[in-house]
Amino acid sequence: MSAVITASGLTKQYKNTRALDDTSFQIEAGRIVGLIGPNGAGKTTALKAILGLTDFSGQLNVLGFDPRKQRDKLMEQVCFIADVAVLPRWIKVSEAIDFVAHIHPRFDRKKCQAFLARTKLQSGQRVRQMSKGMIVQLHLALVMAIDARLLVLDEPTLGLDILYRKQFYQHLLEDYFDENKTIIVTTHQVEEVEHILTDLMFIRDGKIVLDADMDAVGERFIEVMVNADQADATRALNPLNERQVFGKSIFLFDGVSRAQLEALGEIRRPSVSDLFVATMKGTYE
Amino acid sequence: MKTSPFNTIYWLVKREFWEHRGGFFWAPVITGGIFLLLNIMGIITAEVLGAQHANFGASGGLRQVISQMDAGDMSKVGMALDVAMYSAMALITVVLGFVVFFYCLGALYDDRRDRSVLFWKSLPISDTSTVLSKVICASVLAPVIAVVVGIIAGMLQLIIVALTLSFHGVNVWQLLMLAHPFRVMVNLVGYIPIYLLWALPAIGWLMLCSAGARSKPFLWAVALPVATGLLVTWFGIMGVFNLPASWFWGNVVQRGLLSVFPGSSVISNLKDSPVLLNSNAGDQDFGALNLFESYHLLATPTLWIGVIVGLALLAGAVWFRRWRDDS
Repeated sequence: MSAVITASGLTKQYKNTRALDDTSFQIEAGRIVGLIGPNGAGKTTALKAILGLTDFSGQLNVLGFDPRKQRDKLMEQVCFIADVAVLPRWIKVSEAIDFVAHIHPRFDRKKCQAFLARTKLQSGQRVRQMSKGMIVQLHLALVMAIDARLLVLDEPTLGLDILYRKQFYQHLLEDYFDENKTIIVTTHQVEEVEHILTDLMFIRDGKIVLDADMDAVGERFIEVMVNADQADATRALNPLNERQVFGKSIFLFDGVSRAQLEALGEIRRPSVSDLFVATMKGTYE
Repeated sequence: MKTSPFNTIYWLVKREFWEHRGGFFWAPVITGGIFLLLNIMGIITAEVLGAQHANFGASGGLRQVISQMDAGDMSKVGMALDVAMYSAMALITVVLGFVVFFYCLGALYDDRRDRSVLFWKSLPISDTSTVLSKVICASVLAPVIAVVVGIIAGMLQLIIVALTLSFHGVNVWQLLMLAHPFRVMVNLVGYIPIYLLWALPAIGWLMLCSAGARSKPFLWAVALPVATGLLVTWFGIMGVFNLPASWFWGNVVQRGLLSVFPGSSVISNLKDSPVLLNSNAGDQDFGALNLFESYHLLATPTLWIGVIVGLALLAGAVWFRRWRDDS
């Protein structure tokens, strides 16, 4: 498989913070990558670097282009939804479609209209008259009609109600994603994307601290729930994290053998959010 | 879909028009409408007053006056009618100046403020095309619309004046033959290219501020040149170049801010070459507004230095548009 994004030694220095700190990673085609990190960890900066919206030092190759120098070409192959509600407030649905249809060589008007037909949006409606959820529906309709190779989503569902959020990811999976496309998504609502991700990247203080596909994550990280009498023995195995539930202790382990843990108690696959909390311990301290 | 560079620019300009329909289209239309309305009201007032004081401007008298006019007087009447046509344009022109000024200030700032720049930047459009489309809107689209509206308003004004006079027994056609509506039109349309070139430094400066300012582009755009001007005046810096401080105000501050106001070139032209005023004094067709005189500007270095500076400022605006990172 070919790499869609190759980054090495990526560094971005703001005045007094280092948003990206000599970061290297690679993203293959046909993956859905969750880039997860606490506030201020460098997620958005990483995405902006990929999209050529910010300057940086280091090597970065996106679909064979250098985003710093070939941004216009790159954007024919890349779509992004940055945050919610970045559509201009004055634009009408029909104007937005007309404009993108004539500007973007890979836009399919029929596809866009078919998608909009399933929403309540009217073609004469202006963005300023829409709710946040409707704006995202319009944006998604525009983006899904573009046959791009890379889709970047930066907190795409922030502030939406749960119906819109579910619908958003469902459409993305059912109507958009295929093996030729790659999606990078950052979000704080980890539970919602957990089941659609194929790869997981944790970023902390400008560094990638975890980069693995979901299968590997399932093998590497194991949670074990043990009774109080076994707690000390389990603690000796050097767990990543420990928490108490109903008088039992739950330990999270990285790379300890399954058999060894099964002997101690009930094991299960940790959720991404538990993994996240364990990995990011002490971030704000 | 075809996406040739020309096509892209066309749609970018169209987008600007969608967004700024109010300033580009409705502002001149409403101004023209108000101008005509005021004129009609003025004429009605005059008629009412005239009827009350029947001894002045009575119907018969006016006809007599016209019948007694010689060729020189007739040309004066024609000129007066031309003035009537220009006067509609004059008001629209002032409005156009304000529209273009604030359009340029907001063009590369407003979408950064409301973050919709992230949407525009998600499309395969170069920043040069974006800035170019906005320059076209400010220097071509807005003036063309204003001139078309101004010509229509001017024609209506001419007809209103002629109709009013015809109530007093004056032959409408005879009067209209005295006016030069086509020459007025050609002069107005022909002025647009001069406006484009003349306004370029101001458009460039305003867009540079618009693209570069993190907040309050108006303050940057106005305060910076004015403060520099004050410093230059206080410390007599221009003395180094053997120039008075007024040179700086006239050629830097004014050109950088006010040349988006159409007609500012005419004023400057008059100042620079008083000969023009004399050569046409008393002539029937308004020396200053004559196209030939406007195109005289093309021979002056002031204009071309301004164009070069304007292009440099626009290059700066493109650079800021590309790299300003505040989303």
